[in-house]
Amino acid sequence: MTALSSVDKYPGGEPSGPPPVRGSGGEGAEPPGSAALAPRSFLARNPSVFWFLAILIGFTALVTVLSPALGAEVISTSFIKTLGKTLCLCLVALAMDVVWGYTGILSLGHMAFFALGGYMIGQWLMYARTEEIVLTSLAGTPIPPTAAEVAQGVATQIFGVVGSSEMPAIWSFAHSLPAQLALVVLVPGLLAFLFGWLAFRSRVTGVYLSILTQAMTLALSLYLFQNDSGLRGNNGLSGLQNLPGAAQIGQDRLSLWFFWASAAALALTYLLLAWALSGKFGSVLRAIRDDEARVRFLGYPVEAYKIFVFTGTAVLCGLAGALYYPQAGIINPAELAPIASIYLAVWVAIGGRGRLYGAVLGAVFVSLLSSWFTGGRAPSIPLGFYTVNWVDWWQVLLGLAFVLVTLFAPKGLGGLVDMAQKIRTPDRKGAPLGPDDGALQEREAQE
Amino acid sequence: MRLTLLSLCAALCLCLALAPARAESLAQIAAAHAAAIEKPSRTTIGPVIDALAASGDPMAAPFLQAWGSKGLGRRKSDGAFFLLAPDPAGYALTDLTGAPAGTSATSEITELKPNAGVRGLIASALVAFTLSDPDPARRAAALESIAADPKAESLDPLRAAVETEPDPVLKARKLRLERLLTLRFDPDSAARVAAIEGFGADAGLDLRAALSPLVATKRAAGPIPPEGANVARTLTPGGDISEAEAYAVLVDAGLAPARLRPEDQKTALAAHIAEGKVGGVPVADLSSQAARDRAYTALEQAGTVPTAATDDEVTAALAANPVYEIYAEPDPAVTAAATRALHEIGLKVGAMQAVDLGLDALSLASIYFLAAIGLAITFGVMGVINMAHGEFITMGAYTGYVVQLWVPDLTLSILIALPLAFALTFGAGVAIERLVIRHLYKRPLETLLATFGISIALQQIFKNIFGTQARPLTAPAWLDGAWVVNDVIGISYIRIAIFVLALLFLGFFLWLMKRTRLGLEVRAVTQNPAMAASMGINPDRINMLTFGIGSGIAGIAGVAIGLFAKVTSELGSDYIVQSFMTVVVGGVGNIWGTLAGATMIGTLQKLIEFLNPSNTLAAQTYMILFIILFIQVRPRGIIALKGRAAGD
Repeated sequence: MTALSSVDKYPGGEPSGPPPVRGSGGEGAEPPGSAALAPRSFLARNPSVFWFLAILIGFTALVTVLSPALGAEVISTSFIKTLGKTLCLCLVALAMDVVWGYTGILSLGHMAFFALGGYMIGQWLMYARTEEIVLTSLAGTPIPPTAAEVAQGVATQIFGVVGSSEMPAIWSFAHSLPAQLALVVLVPGLLAFLFGWLAFRSRVTGVYLSILTQAMTLALSLYLFQNDSGLRGNNGLSGLQNLPGAAQIGQDRLSLWFFWASAAALALTYLLLAWALSGKFGSVLRAIRDDEARVRFLGYPVEAYKIFVFTGTAVLCGLAGALYYPQAGIINPAELAPIASIYLAVWVAIGGRGRLYGAVLGAVFVSLLSSWFTGGRAPSIPLGFYTVNWVDWWQVLLGLAFVLVTLFAPKGLGGLVDMAQKIRTPDRKGAPLGPDDGALQEREAQE
Repeated sequence: MRLTLLSLCAALCLCLALAPARAESLAQIAAAHAAAIEKPSRTTIGPVIDALAASGDPMAAPFLQAWGSKGLGRRKSDGAFFLLAPDPAGYALTDLTGAPAGTSATSEITELKPNAGVRGLIASALVAFTLSDPDPARRAAALESIAADPKAESLDPLRAAVETEPDPVLKARKLRLERLLTLRFDPDSAARVAAIEGFGADAGLDLRAALSPLVATKRAAGPIPPEGANVARTLTPGGDISEAEAYAVLVDAGLAPARLRPEDQKTALAAHIAEGKVGGVPVADLSSQAARDRAYTALEQAGTVPTAATDDEVTAALAANPVYEIYAEPDPAVTAAATRALHEIGLKVGAMQAVDLGLDALSLASIYFLAAIGLAITFGVMGVINMAHGEFITMGAYTGYVVQLWVPDLTLSILIALPLAFALTFGAGVAIERLVIRHLYKRPLETLLATFGISIALQQIFKNIFGTQARPLTAPAWLDGAWVVNDVIGISYIRIAIFVLALLFLGFFLWLMKRTRLGLEVRAVTQNPAMAASMGINPDRINMLTFGIGSGIAGIAGVAIGLFAKVTSELGSDYIVQSFMTVVVGGVGNIWGTLAGATMIGTLQKLIEFLNPSNTLAAQTYMILFIILFIQVRPRGIIALKGRAAGD
């Protein structure tokens, strides 16, 4: 039984036209009865999108009111930054959910695209900021500086730490914000396209693809760790929290602006993805996840779909990175170590893959919980003979939780929503759920 | 006794060669040349040293030594010479027959202080003495000191000492050193060329050290090459040498004025600002190089700044004065022979480097093989992906470390650690298989995720127990050191041991899979579990055992890897991607494929490292890129099993 055929089971059905092939993860939570309501706007058909946007807007408004920029000293600037960064991570988790939860490609490289986006915006932030400093210091000399002298000064400032004073070729566009913004999209996009084209064309799937993406991530991070990679080796790029030309604007306001930008990006992306996935496109993706060969036999260009999704989500990750790192202030190659992409998979798995709000839920829940535990705020548990210190044991807990979720709760936290709505997965007596097994076939699950 | 006689003979020969003088005792010579000894100079000292060398007196060498090291004195009262040693009373005296002669106050002794030139002569005379010393150890030491600091003066005494050398080993060394000194210092050009050519394609470091100063060059410039210079080649500016460098040579030779550096120009301009203008150019306009040049030219014309070379003048000066590379060695025949010899040596050293690289590659390949062989069983044969494989390797290494805490004997501790590591990781593997993987056999992606979770948890547990710093896992003493063939080819014993271990594992794997009941059952279960079960095989048990064995082998590999790598909680995860790559590149389900994959990855990585030696990180990057591309060409790996593609 496939998701496609489950459309017939709609109470009320559709009056005419092509069957409304729908059923994103978000809709999985939708009670069947609501499908009969007419006329139905997009939001009405997708109550999860409505609730998500409502909660996000409310949350943003709340944070804004409580922020120090407006005089209320309830939450600190650094906490606003943490919240803004978390929203960016939700954005990445959304991308991961589309590529993994919906299309069934377990990519272990999307955090690399995220970091690449951060590097690209970081180049401009660092260059422009350093140029300001150099110009200020040269302003005192009797002879005005030439452009070459300024460039030389910037290069020495930026690359002195890796023992070089030459601007590498990859910094050619660093002086221009539009160029670097284009690179934020182009670099992860092209890399993902090239990789996807190579991998999907030769029909590398399943765990092999996962390992290959992990190898790509490892290669990229090893490359960036070198001093002559041109991106300052393991020093990375720093001072990114200072916007060039905005020195007089305090960090309290900047952090709020970035928080708004992150929230807006998340809302827009969520809407866009929910809309795209609720249509035919989404159905094809889920079909590829559930039985790739059958979709191919039906005449769909499976590889093109996969490359599109892989590249599109990589671009999304790049954009999220470009929003994240100005809030983080520093980026270095450790950010794109393979483990980061694994954590991304952990968030989505714990939140519940195959539904957009699950990814967001997982990212928020795990990353905030993680910072609570590793921040030393969680109370230690004295066992008499040994004290469980959560700074040390949090990762063990996370790893084991991950195993347990994989084994017993493949729906993750999203399963709780199902439970609240009294949707039960049919007891299949141990038989797998579908060809790709991890797949949730939502309509069927409601029977 | 015979040695003494022989050395006497040697001394005699020496004296025959240097100065045909009659043997006298040291005391007689000292008395005869008392004035020359007391006030030595380079011109008067020659006969004295010759006479001393000819005397054959056993005290001649100590006498020279004392003289050269300012330890010789003359008693003011009677003018007798004594060897001096510090003493509370002043000096302890030793007379010229070697007998102690009591002590004396410092005021009664005139210390002899020969100048540096004289001391040099004395030292080279001493070389002749020690080269013929009765004690072979001292002769060897003398050879070493000459080899360490080759000098033209050492050549003659060395030649004289060759023939009389009784020890064949030392004689060979003397002969070789004599040839090495000949090719550098012999006055006769033909003899030097003959010496160079006599070595053939010998690739010894000492020969290379002797030859390279012969082809050392320096740069000179001028309209014609300097008189009598042995010109190596004429450099083309912009080609062999950058124009800036070539011009610097000209400036150094005083053939052209120095170029104006931008900073100097800026300083000069800043010093001549007048009413907001420099040389007629407003200061605000000076933000371009062209404007600055204009201003400077104006200043030049006004005569307020020194004239600096312009680009045209630089080009003209370079055209008029070619830059030459000139050999420090004036003899063209010798430099040509040395260049030829160095070229041949270079070829030979290159070949040996290739062999050495091959050994390095083999050793790296065996490390990868060792790390991957456990995966070849769990992933290759069973098709179960285990991302916690790296943590099993770490577990093995930590087992070795803990055993060494309890068992101080290193050899014994390794012998205990190997089976213990196997047992522990076997147990851990079985536990994970029973608790987690068993439920996920039909869901490979979820196996990957769940084992990731295990990997994260295990790594943190290791960190909590053992800390983040590296723990020592020490190899037994007999594994220290290296097997050195010559100065290029060498491989450490640990790497040989790992190679042997890898071979043993290969044999074990083949035996297990092809010759045992368990292997048969494993193959049956992986091919068709249902059919195997109906034949009375318990698939659950087989899967459990196979997974356990794969994990156990990872544990043993961990002990071996821990011997040369830093034992930290991240030890295994450093190898996990490479291990999977090894299995995938080789072709799953085939141990020969894993072997081929390890060999290919090891060789490739060493090759890239050789081409770009400064950077092992880049080597790993390029290797992974290569693997990704390789998978495109051969998705089933090097050795593909029929009916199994990547992804099945």
